[in-house]
Amino acid sequence: MKIGVFICHCGENIGRTVDCARVSKAAGFFPNVVHSVDYKYMCSDPGQNIIKQAIKDLQLDGVVVGSCSPHMHEKTFRKAVADAGVNPFLCEIANLREHVSWVHDDMDVATDKAIDLVRFAVEKVKRNAPLKTIQVPVTKRTLVIGGGISGIQAALDVANAGYEVVLVEKEPSIGGHMSQLSETFPTLDCSQCILTPRMVEVYQHPKIKLLTYSEVEKVEGFIGNFKVTIRKKARKVDDTKCTGCGDCMQKCPIKKKALSEFDENLTTRSAIYVPFPQAVPNIPVIDTEVCTYFKNGKCSMCKKVCGRDAIFFEQEDQMLTEEIGAIIVATGYKLYTIDKKPKNSEIKGYGEYGYGKYKDVIDGLQFERIASASGPTSGEFKRPSDGKEPKKIVFIQCVGSRDESKGFSYCSKICCMYTAKHAMLYKHKVHDGEAYVFYMDIRSGGKMYDEFVRRAIEEDGVKYIRGRVSRIYEENGKYIVKGEDTLAGVPVEIDADMVVLATAMIAQPEASKLAQTIGIPYDKYGYFVEVHPKLRPVESSSGGIFLAGACHSPRDIPDSVAMASAAAAKAMVLFGSDMLEREPTIALVNENLCAGCFYCKKVCAYNAIEVKQIFDRQGNFVKEVAYVNSGLCQGCGTCNATCPSKSIELIGYTDEQIYAEIAALM
Amino acid sequence: MQIGYYPGCSQEGTAKEYDKSLREILKILNVDLTEIDDWSCCGATSAHVTSHKLSLALSARNLALAEKQGMKEIFAPCAACYNRLASSKTELQNHQEQKYEIETIIEEKINNIPEIYNIVNFFQKVGKEKITEKKKTDLKNLKAACYYGCLLVRPNGINTDDSEQPDSMEEIVKATGAQTVDWNFKLECCGAAHSIARTDIVVDLSKKILDDAQKHGANVMIVACPMCHSNLDMRQKNIKSKFSDYKVIPVLYLSELIGLALGLSKKELGIDTHFIEFDLPIKNNVQEEVSA
Repeated sequence: MKIGVFICHCGENIGRTVDCARVSKAAGFFPNVVHSVDYKYMCSDPGQNIIKQAIKDLQLDGVVVGSCSPHMHEKTFRKAVADAGVNPFLCEIANLREHVSWVHDDMDVATDKAIDLVRFAVEKVKRNAPLKTIQVPVTKRTLVIGGGISGIQAALDVANAGYEVVLVEKEPSIGGHMSQLSETFPTLDCSQCILTPRMVEVYQHPKIKLLTYSEVEKVEGFIGNFKVTIRKKARKVDDTKCTGCGDCMQKCPIKKKALSEFDENLTTRSAIYVPFPQAVPNIPVIDTEVCTYFKNGKCSMCKKVCGRDAIFFEQEDQMLTEEIGAIIVATGYKLYTIDKKPKNSEIKGYGEYGYGKYKDVIDGLQFERIASASGPTSGEFKRPSDGKEPKKIVFIQCVGSRDESKGFSYCSKICCMYTAKHAMLYKHKVHDGEAYVFYMDIRSGGKMYDEFVRRAIEEDGVKYIRGRVSRIYEENGKYIVKGEDTLAGVPVEIDADMVVLATAMIAQPEASKLAQTIGIPYDKYGYFVEVHPKLRPVESSSGGIFLAGACHSPRDIPDSVAMASAAAAKAMVLFGSDMLEREPTIALVNENLCAGCFYCKKVCAYNAIEVKQIFDRQGNFVKEVAYVNSGLCQGCGTCNATCPSKSIELIGYTDEQIYAEIAALM
Repeated sequence: MQIGYYPGCSQEGTAKEYDKSLREILKILNVDLTEIDDWSCCGATSAHVTSHKLSLALSARNLALAEKQGMKEIFAPCAACYNRLASSKTELQNHQEQKYEIETIIEEKINNIPEIYNIVNFFQKVGKEKITEKKKTDLKNLKAACYYGCLLVRPNGINTDDSEQPDSMEEIVKATGAQTVDWNFKLECCGAAHSIARTDIVVDLSKKILDDAQKHGANVMIVACPMCHSNLDMRQKNIKSKFSDYKVIPVLYLSELIGLALGLSKKELGIDTHFIEFDLPIKNNVQEEVSA
């Protein structure tokens, strides 16, 4: 084997602490090294040409580049080597920057270490085999999980590009939280007016298969080739027959027992219901928990009045399987419901605010419903307890956000803006009303955002008080809000008619379960995690699974829509070619040695190990061995390290190669 | 049932009736109190404003003694004692290095710190049904405002009850047959140790508490802390002299209320030693009435 060594100075980055000339000179004496040079910028065009030229002139069949981390430029150098006609996997990188120059001061020591690392890489490249990238076919269909604004945007973008989409929503209608909102900041345009046309577009799109009241049960396979099992929950209404006339809901005798989820428990709904009049699809669902028929079989009023015979009490959940190439997760958020005794014991609650005890202490979404023209008060400001118009409202920001002791340490990001909007909407309708906002800081970064908050303060006269509220109690029909004005340094007491708490945005309670089902990482709060916070913000670490909207972190509508479009674009990048290329550095099982203990299967984080049955020529079963699914394997090497019989090797990082590297260092 | 007892200084001084009433009712409820031998000050407020280490060491000494005397559980009726002992227990359990240092200071080993009960937890353990079972007096004329004060359910996380909207004391009070009222200032500050140096502060703060309770229909205050009791009971005279329209309200320890339910006399319970006389009509001998 003829190996060339190329040492890069990385400008001054390596050159300052490593004597590159000495390294290249020393490397020239290593066995099999026939050529060794150093250059200021090896990754530059002239630098790459030095490598290519040397390969051609000296017929090199192995290359070692001493440069920055392989994370940075391995691809660059491997491509240069491939351009010169050598298999790219015969090129190895010795990391002389992150592992040497950036972490050492002494030039002599650093140079010695650099020489060692180059020797190490030379020993490895000697044992490298030429490898070919793995080609896998791509199913050009996208699964979008979640039908809020993020899911809708992602589905429409992908579908409009001509690819099929399956949109799964667990609620009876798409629309998500955005459909509950009154007006949106900073333009104050009506939320439903801008959202409902998009919902209808999804419903009518020939490329979108809409599955509402459905949940993802299982995801198998790998990037480009997922097999997804979806549970279509029983609506107890035949969606092929129902016309959405609403007769069943009119006649349903249960009107008061079920709280309306859409109105955030401020109103009630019937047992057979659509969440809101503009629901898509406009097909009702029977809530079997409250429906009399499902309790004692006595009522079947809806069945009697249905002119289309669409009520179908015996309907069961259905399981559907879909072939999918890319998945976009857009499951959104929930508002942190503060209560005296929250179910989640990790959350301490805010008993001092009396939420759940006082009817007029409400959260942000409840306020949205009260402010909404389609809400329980038709957009008139009336407080829940007695229907009177509140003349004084106190808004409290950061309830649960930025509070490590009681809530969550993160900032929910949208509350400063929506609180300003709430106060503004209130002042626009109740001119003689007073609005107070307790805040910690006003975080209004965004286009036209700070201007919006200033408008609330300066034009609409909303009174902002910097400080926290310590308690709220009722006295003579008023809510006494006791807090502190930290700018004036005085305690404040306000006798409010209503209090609105800007509670934290939290991950969906089932988010971690879904993450485990589809195999993506999530953080301690239950938010899904991206691969790289700056450069790959919409990709999960599992290939082919992308993230959109507030399931990733608290974000507002513009951010969610932008992220959804980005995720859609990423999915379409996958569909740009018929075959996907994957790195060949994956695990390989020696079936002769494998004893079938399947420790590897237990430790594999990517579910890439399968069970394979071995038969002899007569067709008799011999044994079970591990088998690596090349589509799923990420080449992490955990199985390799775990295997007690050393029968799994990581291609490109075989035990032989590793031992040779170690020997080179001794 | 047997339990270790940490009376604390108040039980031998300003809150003698608290101790007396407890011992009386526990005779009826068949609970034996074993006082921790050679117990010392819990440190109260003075220690932890002076030195954190001092406050820990004082509590730790008592906990170590209890452990050495074979106690698995101890009962501290005073809210301040309970708060100090329970806070110290949590800290000693969670900070090993701190624990070693304190062990050196107190020259005792700490291994298994006993379970610590305040009065509410204690009666939860004894069982509300036991109180109901042995009830002899009808207390339904009593409308009780349960006052937790600042220490009983704090700091957050040490006690099982909600530290902002507690309701565990109400449960015990209901078991005696008395009614409870929902009111605002269950946790509001009574002025505590300002009682002597700044009586004016205590007068104002205590009045707010007593007014709110009465506004919500209470005719008796129930407390679980000697400090709360002394401020709310003793300072009502000062309130009255400052605000002539103020109406007084009797203040009972939880133990005294239970004692009344169990048929003990005001004298046996030490209620006669209070500043504000307890003269609400209560009917004796429920059982007889029922059988008749």
